[in-house]
Amino acid sequence: MGDGKAQHSTPNRHGYHAFQIGGFKFERDEYFAHISWPGGNHIMPVDKFLKALMRDVAWNFFYGVVNFDEVFGTTNHYGTVDVFAGLYNGGYRARNKHRMETFRSDEVRPVFEAMLDDWTIEGFDPFAAPEETGTAFGPKRGNNHAAVTRKRVVARRMVGLNDDTPLRGDESGFRVNRHFADVDQTEPEVHAEPGFENEVHAFNFFAYLSRSDVTWNPSITSVVKDSLVCPTTEEFVLPIIHGNDRVEWFVQLSDEIHWDVTDRETGAPRARVVMKAGDVAAMPADIRHQGFSPKRSMLLVWENADSELPELYAKKKLKPNPVDF
Amino acid sequence: MATYQTRFGSLQNFEKGGVEVINDDARNYAFSNLYEVAAAAEPYEKVAVGKNLKYVLEAIRAEGTSPWYTTSHDEAAIVMDGEIEIRLVKLEGKLVAEDHEGTTMLEGTPKGPKMGYIVARRGHMALLPKGAAYQFHAAKPGVILLQTIRGDLTVERWKDICQK
Repeated sequence: MGDGKAQHSTPNRHGYHAFQIGGFKFERDEYFAHISWPGGNHIMPVDKFLKALMRDVAWNFFYGVVNFDEVFGTTNHYGTVDVFAGLYNGGYRARNKHRMETFRSDEVRPVFEAMLDDWTIEGFDPFAAPEETGTAFGPKRGNNHAAVTRKRVVARRMVGLNDDTPLRGDESGFRVNRHFADVDQTEPEVHAEPGFENEVHAFNFFAYLSRSDVTWNPSITSVVKDSLVCPTTEEFVLPIIHGNDRVEWFVQLSDEIHWDVTDRETGAPRARVVMKAGDVAAMPADIRHQGFSPKRSMLLVWENADSELPELYAKKKLKPNPVDF
Repeated sequence: MATYQTRFGSLQNFEKGGVEVINDDARNYAFSNLYEVAAAAEPYEKVAVGKNLKYVLEAIRAEGTSPWYTTSHDEAAIVMDGEIEIRLVKLEGKLVAEDHEGTTMLEGTPKGPKMGYIVARRGHMALLPKGAAYQFHAAKPGVILLQTIRGDLTVERWKDICQK
């Protein structure tokens, strides 16, 4: 287990603090995030870094591997987190240039949150589509604390029930997105007999999604035991390359997304998957994937939250593909 | 300012993407289209289009009036096409065991107080609550995507519906 103590510096000449966790050091200048570790260093455009960091923080390290790019990322072990450089890169691995340190999740999370908050300047929203946000570049200029501390929606049973996460509307600040202005906002007819008002329940799921103010952020809307329906709205490019630790499924609800699918361990190309409205596809447990959505689209991500799955797949007790035929 | 058209699918009008293999087997992705599956299905046949161990997503062609169903757990229905009425009755007593998962078909009309009904159209999500019986009715063909658990009524025909 690595040294999880975070170290913060005084601001650099651009106004940004540096951060450290274990052997990994993080610094930013006007354009780039600089990541260094004993024996190596890496550079990323800071907008790309912050968009990836935003998802990693908001998802609490998500399922499996969050590759910020081909070199740097995190692997979630649900209690501990690997922070790595080159671990899933064939070139780094071949020359033994990779580095990985393992920390308790509650050690990494505050460092990442503080870095995200410090490095995100006024006007830049890492969750927004490129056309809906300002620049991430330049010297330190204010902050966007409200944007980077959004809470991911996690319904316990179904969105809209009395004791569950609320629906979205103009009154709660969730306006219909410019790409979804044509989405019907009519609610279903719900006729509940007295006493059954919280069990006879339905809502306009597509309208709910049309009012999402973030992109590439699966949130939970309905739950059947460990089966989680996690819809999300997608525009431009998924800011991370997601490495699976279990099978997940995609149902394209509207429009179109193109997926690049590569090998989970090496990043070698395996397939391209083009999904149009009504298409259903599995993402096997041994791949990583990145999506490209030319227009804002609605995607249903379907997850199995059974906590035993990562180990079963890692030990090859389960096949990486979901069905044989 | 640009205007945008959101493209949804329907039984009558859908386009299908696909898997372009580089170094893989297309079958690993179990790629299908729920409208195509529903178009070829019998009314209220529950065809799995997604399977994650015991959990399934079923594509259901809604047409006419369904039998009554119940489950020992919640289910969620997303209407993907058409207009569907969902009728709900609170069951008197347990008709399925707590550990019996998946949808169970009931014989005849269940006994119990009426809970109410929902009229749902494309894009609407409805709760099918644990302990209730429910029945679908669609005057014209529609499509339901059902979040549930693999059960006695789940039909798996991956070879017929998936890209090979």
